[in-house]
This record gives sequence, C-alpha cells and structure tokens, in this order.
Amino acid sequence: MNTTYELPLDEAGYAFGFMDEYAKKEVRRTILKAICIPGYQTPYASREMPMGRGFGTGGLQLTLSLIGSDDTLKVIDQGADDSVNAVNLRQFVQMTCPGVDVTEKTEEATLIQSRHRIPEKPLTEAQILVLQVPYPDALVVVEASEARRKTMHGEADYSRLLVKLYEDLVKFDEITISHRYPTRVHGHYIIDPSPIPRWDVPKLHQSKALILLGAGREKKIYAVPPYTIAEPLAFEDVVFRVEDFRDASGNRRTCSRCGASNSFLDEFSDEADGEADGKIYQCSDSAYCDEQLARQASAYQKPKTEEAA
Amino acid sequence: MSRKILEVNSLTKIHGTGCPLCLASTGPEADTNICPYCGSVVAAHGVSFDLYQGEILGIIGESGSGKSTVVKTLYFDDAPSAGEAVFFDEDAQYDLYSLNAAQQRSLRNKRFGMVYQNPHLGLNFNVSAGGNIAERLLMSDVANYGAIRERARNLLVRTEVLENRMDENPKKFSGGMQQRVQIAKALATRPPLLYLDEVTTGLDLSVQAAILDLILEIQHELGTAMIVVTHDLGVVRLLAGRTLVMKYGRVIETGLTDQILEDPQHAYTQRLVASAL
Amino acid sequence: MGYVAIKGGKAAIEGAAAATDYLRACNSEREAPLALGAIEGQLRLLVSRAVSEGGLYHPKLAALAIKQFQGDTLEAAFALRAYRSTKPRLLETPPQNTAKMRVIRRISSAFKDIPGGQMLGPTYDYALRLLNLGLVNEDPGVFRAIARRFLDDAPENELPDSFPKVLDALRAEGLLPALKPVAGTSFDVTRQSLIFPVPRSAALATMARAETGSLLAIAYSNMRGYGDVHPTIAELRVGYVPVMLPHPVTGEPMEAGEALMTECEVVAMFEGDDQGGKPAFTLGYGACFGHNEVKAISMAILDRALQKGMKDGATNPSEDPEFVLLHVDGVDSMGFASHYKMPHYVTFQSDMDRLRNTQAKAQQKDIPQKKDTA
Repeated sequence: MNTTYELPLDEAGYAFGFMDEYAKKEVRRTILKAICIPGYQTPYASREMPMGRGFGTGGLQLTLSLIGSDDTLKVIDQGADDSVNAVNLRQFVQMTCPGVDVTEKTEEATLIQSRHRIPEKPLTEAQILVLQVPYPDALVVVEASEARRKTMHGEADYSRLLVKLYEDLVKFDEITISHRYPTRVHGHYIIDPSPIPRWDVPKLHQSKALILLGAGREKKIYAVPPYTIAEPLAFEDVVFRVEDFRDASGNRRTCSRCGASNSFLDEFSDEADGEADGKIYQCSDSAYCDEQLARQASAYQKPKTEEAA
Repeated sequence: MSRKILEVNSLTKIHGTGCPLCLASTGPEADTNICPYCGSVVAAHGVSFDLYQGEILGIIGESGSGKSTVVKTLYFDDAPSAGEAVFFDEDAQYDLYSLNAAQQRSLRNKRFGMVYQNPHLGLNFNVSAGGNIAERLLMSDVANYGAIRERARNLLVRTEVLENRMDENPKKFSGGMQQRVQIAKALATRPPLLYLDEVTTGLDLSVQAAILDLILEIQHELGTAMIVVTHDLGVVRLLAGRTLVMKYGRVIETGLTDQILEDPQHAYTQRLVASAL
Repeated sequence: MGYVAIKGGKAAIEGAAAATDYLRACNSEREAPLALGAIEGQLRLLVSRAVSEGGLYHPKLAALAIKQFQGDTLEAAFALRAYRSTKPRLLETPPQNTAKMRVIRRISSAFKDIPGGQMLGPTYDYALRLLNLGLVNEDPGVFRAIARRFLDDAPENELPDSFPKVLDALRAEGLLPALKPVAGTSFDVTRQSLIFPVPRSAALATMARAETGSLLAIAYSNMRGYGDVHPTIAELRVGYVPVMLPHPVTGEPMEAGEALMTECEVVAMFEGDDQGGKPAFTLGYGACFGHNEVKAISMAILDRALQKGMKDGATNPSEDPEFVLLHVDGVDSMGFASHYKMPHYVTFQSDMDRLRNTQAKAQQKDIPQKKDTA
C-alpha cells in the first residue's frame, strides 16, 4: 500500500454542474433521442448523485446537464418550493452552479424541476419542465420482466394494461389508478407520467413547454415534446376523470388560504377551523396560491389609491 | 368448392442443434423421432396440407407424433425449422414465417384462435372470465367498455357458461367450464381459423360430448375453419371431414376421415383403428 | 390554524446536519477524533466493503467516507460513487492479469495439494469467536509489539511473489473447458445501462459493485435449494494485483500501482456439450476490490447460476439475470428504500380520492343488487 499518498486538497471544489462534462454531454444526447421518439424510455448510464436514488437523481441529472448560467431555476416538491427535498435540491444546484438564478415564480423560470406536480400556471415555449420519476414503465403493473416489457412497448402491445382497467371497472365500477396514470404519447408509447395526480395529466397534452422525465435509479430518460398528443388511457364510453374536489352537496371546494377553486388541493385535518368534517383544503401549488393572494391584495389596494388621487 | 384458407408446405420442426443425418435416421421406419447421432428431436418433418374455409381437418397420432407441434408452429407458439405456411385472409394473403413478430402477434390475436388442452396456457387466471375475452378484444383495438361487456356476455352465453359467472375468476371453474371459456375467448374476434389441441382430453365423457357438440354448432353457425389435434379416433370421427395420421413426426396417411377409419392403408393406422374398435 | 405543513426546509436541513454531527462528536471530552489511518488499518474490512461497493479503489477516501457517515457502509459506498460522478474518464483500464497477484492468502477446497501450496494467511475462518477482553483498553506499546513480533517471525525469503492458478491445472487435465477468447471489449456498467439479455461481463461488473448482503442473500438461496449449483471452491485468493496501464506516450503497459482484491473461482457439476464435445466442469467467477471473501464466493456462485439461467432459462430467482442484477446494487436499493420517507402528500391525496369514490359507488350498488348480473 502506498502510504505516502496525500489527499488532494481541492476535493470540496466541484466543476460547474457537479458532473463531469462527458457525463453531461451523454445525458444531453440521450435527451435528444428521447425527444425524437416521444414517450420511448431511452436508456442511459445514470450517474450517482450525492443524494439518494429516489430523491430525484434522474431529474437532477437532467437539470445539471441542461442548466447554464443564464438560466432561472424553480424547484418544487409536492407543489411547494419550500418543502425539504425541494430546498435541498435547489441548494445543491446553487452550490454547484454559481451564477444561476432561482425563483419561486413559475413564469420567471426557464427550467423547472418538480416531483409529483406540474405547476397550475400554464407553461410556455420558453420553459422546460423536468419531472422526477421513480417508476418509468407503466407496464410494470402487468409485467415484471423488463426484457418482455421492452418487446411489448415496441409492438405497442398494451392490451394487458387495458384489461387491468376493464377488471377495475368490473370490480369497483371505477378505474382505481389514482396517480402515475398511464398516458399514450404521440399515438404509440404509453408512459408512466411520474407520480403526478390525474389532475395534472391533461397538462401534458399539447404542452407548450418541453417535458422531460428522468428516472435515475432505473436509468431511463423519456420526453413529451412540445405540442405532442398525450392521451390518458381510457375506454370510449368510460372517460378519464381527474380528482373530484366537490363536497357532499356538490360544491367545488376552495383553497382556505387564497380561495382558488381551480387548483389541486391538499387536504388537512383541522378540528378547530375545518369544515363540518374537520377538514380544510389548501392549494398544493404554493406559488400559485401566493399569486392569487397577491392579486387579491393589489385589487384591494387599487380603489384605495384611486381614492387618494 | 370453398375458398382455400391455409396452405402448409413441408413444415419441419427440429428441437436441438440438428445434424445432416437427423432426417434420414428418424421417422416411422426408424421407429424414433430422436436422432441417434446428435440427440436432436425431429418433432415434425415435411408436413403439407391445405385447409378450406369452414372445413375441419383432424390430425391424429400418439403423443410424440408431432401433431401438436404442427398447430403450435401455425399459431406462432413455436418457430418452425423449415417449411412455409400461407394464410389466405379475406383480401390478403400472408406468408406466416416471413412476418415480423408484431405482424405475427396481430394475426394471432385477430385472425386465429387457439384452444389448448391445458386451460392454463389459454387463459389468464389472474383476471375474470370476461376479462379474458376482453383481453383479446382489446388486442384488436375494440375500445368501448360497454361493447366489450356485451360481446363477452354473448360469447359466454353462446358457449354455455352461466352469465352470472362472467366476472368470476376461471380458476374456480370446472375443467369443462374452463374449456368453454377458452373457446369463447378464441372466438372473441370471430377468427376464420381455429386450432383445437386435445380440447376434450381429460374431461368426463358427458362433458366431452357437450364440448364436441358446441364445436360442431359453432362451425355450422360461423363457418370457422378448424384444425383438430387429438389422439382420440372418436373425436375425428365426429368432427373432421379429412384427417392426417402422424407418427414420429411424419404424416403417414391422409384422406377423408371415413375412408381412413373404414379402410386404413398404413399398418400403423390399421393398428390404431383396430385398437379403438 | 391548527395545521403546520412540513415546510421551511432550509433550517430543518441544517439542523439535521448539526444533530448528526453532534452525535459523532458527543464523546469528544473523552475520545479523540478518528484518524483516517486508524480507520484504514484497524477497520480494514469496513474499508474493503466501501471501496468494493463504491466501485472506486481509493482506501483513503473510503476511510474518510466511513468517518463522515459514522460507519454506515451503504452511505460510505454511496459517497464514493457520487465523488466518482464528478471525475472525467481519462483512460480505460485494459484487462488485468490476476495471476500476477501478490498473494496474502490462497486456499483451495478442491485439492489438498495445489501447485504452490495452500496458504491460510489472514482469516477468521478458524478463529474462536470469543470476545478478546484484552482489546478493551489496549496499551499502545502492546499494540505496536503485535506488528513487530509478526514481522520478526515472518520467513521473508521463503514465499514466492505469485502462485500458479489452480484452474490452470484443471484445464491442463481437460476437466475444465479451454478458455475461449472473448470477443469485443467488456461491458462497462458505469457507461451503459443494462438492457436484457446482457453479456456475462455486464453481470460480473454489476456484481463486483454489488452490496455484500444482497449478493449473499441471493447466493444463499441458491445454495440452500432454490438452485443447484453445488460449488466447490477451486481457489480463493486475496492479495495485491499490479494495475497495468498503457504509458501515455509509448502505449507500453506499465505498473501504475496495485489494488487489494479478493478473487474466487468455483467449479460446479459437469455438463455435457451441445456440440457433442466431452463433458467438463463448469465455472463460476467472483472478484471484488478489498478483502471480502463472502462477497467473492457469493458472486462466483451467482455467476455460475446466471450462466445456467441464460443458457437453459431460469428455474429460480438466483438464475434470473434481471432478478439478480437489478436488485443487488446497494446505492440503488438503499436510496429507494429511503425515498419512502419523503412526503407523498399529492399521491396520497389522489389515492384517497379514488378510494372514497369507489366506496361511494359500492354503497350505491349495495342498495339495489349486484350490478349487471341480474
């Protein structure tokens, strides 16, 4: 053993974007291929990131490979910019990508990395949405072998997935898939759109922004390119439905903070301030909620200033 | 004369590496289908026949004669080692073994039906009886839930499976009932060609008779062409207009079923008929 | 409002880091901080696990990782992998010749008398697992004397530098099939993802970085009866392999250093040859960085099992390449197990929506009769 070996002193200093440039280039080539074959799970040699597999290492590799110093980044987890994992990822990118701006406002971001949600505010052509993916293959519920799934995808053989929907309807009178709703992209590949709620699935369809999905542990990248058809799997006569936020008397629940009635809501138990059932609801998308509040505040202030003038 | 639906030419299936001596050293004269030089199994060799619309062709032989191998290669369960088969569809014809895997799967789902001796091969025991039929319809791009339910219900009624058991798992069904579900599943896409591999073997005699009646009725109603593989002379006598007799992978006799049963030419067929009478 | 969401993450993360570091230092009144050299030497088997599972032969950094992550081998290996992601690849290592290994231990359970002889070397195999209370308060002088005494007693000149391989003898006798030249370069699991079916080199590379416990568990299932490899260890060797790299200018191979490795070759029940060749024993190979015999043996058994599965089809999980290779990586599996601790509010909300809807429908249905069977 070489006992004279000294540890290099620069171990804590990392290059821009943490990964070495060859690795970033490889990820970008994979992204191009994924865009060319919408919905195809493009394999790549996923690198280990300094955070756990399952914490967004696939999304992070996409972000780090794409980001440049003129980008503005937004990171959300469960819709919120200030949840622990979002903060952790954002801090890491800030640490390893000096000069990159960060924002909580959806419209300001050029690059958005998200886990489990697509922002409520419609995205634009100038934006890229990166979704973190734990299970990249929608067929895994009916076929365990990856080799067989690959053939099934190639032949667009999705009947067993449809039988699952059929059996759901027979047993429960309802399709029981809650999130990770299988979605057909550009008429061929069916993707797992990551664990976004059904609420967000329609946002994939003809999206103006490029949507990239990265699975670090499973080593796959796939894409829903801009202006691409994305259809949730359903029957002609049993349509796909998003989450139902109506109360017992059929009224749409609203956010207890901003009053929005057109957003995905988180449900909390609150004995003191809750509704009759002890529940209160709040926007899951914190930036959207803040924006509604700010708009209300300025609308409230406007007549005042007019009065003063 | 009705339209030709299938033409099979010199179909051969060898399991193993094969050697130049395989074919010469196996078959009825050699009294084996195992090549003594390389150990390969010549499961079928030089099988040729035509099948016409609405016709039922019987293939009879003992186990190891290669009769199941023929339908398995025609249904793409197995790839042949040599030979060709042409399927004449309504407005197109397909050279079966030059198609790619996706095209083969499509024909198998939409234009062919298979009923296996073992229901485990033909049915998915993780889904309901109706779901099994739905699977085939969904493979054929039927996308209306109501229509799928309706078709599955009609098929199960037609094959005499109680309608109220449609949503049950076929695991719980009797052997005869499982075969009825398999037949309903095979018929789901109204295929012009159906393969039946020992479908009544192992069932009670009364159940056998009922299943055979059902097959005949379906043939009359739908005009489905069928290949019936069996070791049971009674089955071919009842169902098949023409019959092939196979031994050690070769066809040793072929003709009208009545003729073969009344006046067998090959010594093996004579023994077979004599033992059954 | 009664509800407080788990937000304000920044302070929480910093607090968690401080609390973790406190636990490392809470005895600092009485204990000195661990020196990396002490970890590297006295916890050498821990370092072995970190370098092997981390897939990076850097004992010093491994010692640092063990110190930083307080002895957690999964985390230490993980940190080495992440460190590796930041480094460019300057060179591809050509295949190395392990016959040149400077052996510190080599045994064979197949033959009593192997060319070059058996050499027990450092092992706990025949140690009595009785706690040595003498180590409780070890006197530095006594500690130093252990090493000095061993070196003084060692018969320096009698040992050869390297030993011939047992398998070469079996091959010479025709009991093992002759080595076939392998076409192409070996599969690099750090640059390509596994798409099944994968070549044997991909399986070996995956297992060489695998988590010891995961490999052991699946190999054990094969040994116990979910499989039938029935291996015999032809040779197990531990030692330092000279790492030969091409000279940057001349391209001539030159020794760049050496790496401690464990290598195991098992022979298993013989098999006939499809092409009519004569039957011969079959072989399983295992090798990993560091001194980790259980890992090398498990890997060799699984290599044999996977070859069988690839040839004849898997009859049990240990013969199924997908099952084995996609479930033995420590960084992947521990990360995914940990990720369930993260918030899943949105997906759970979605689950509740489906369940409530289904319950409501079931309730409606109960009132008239069972649907569509009437």
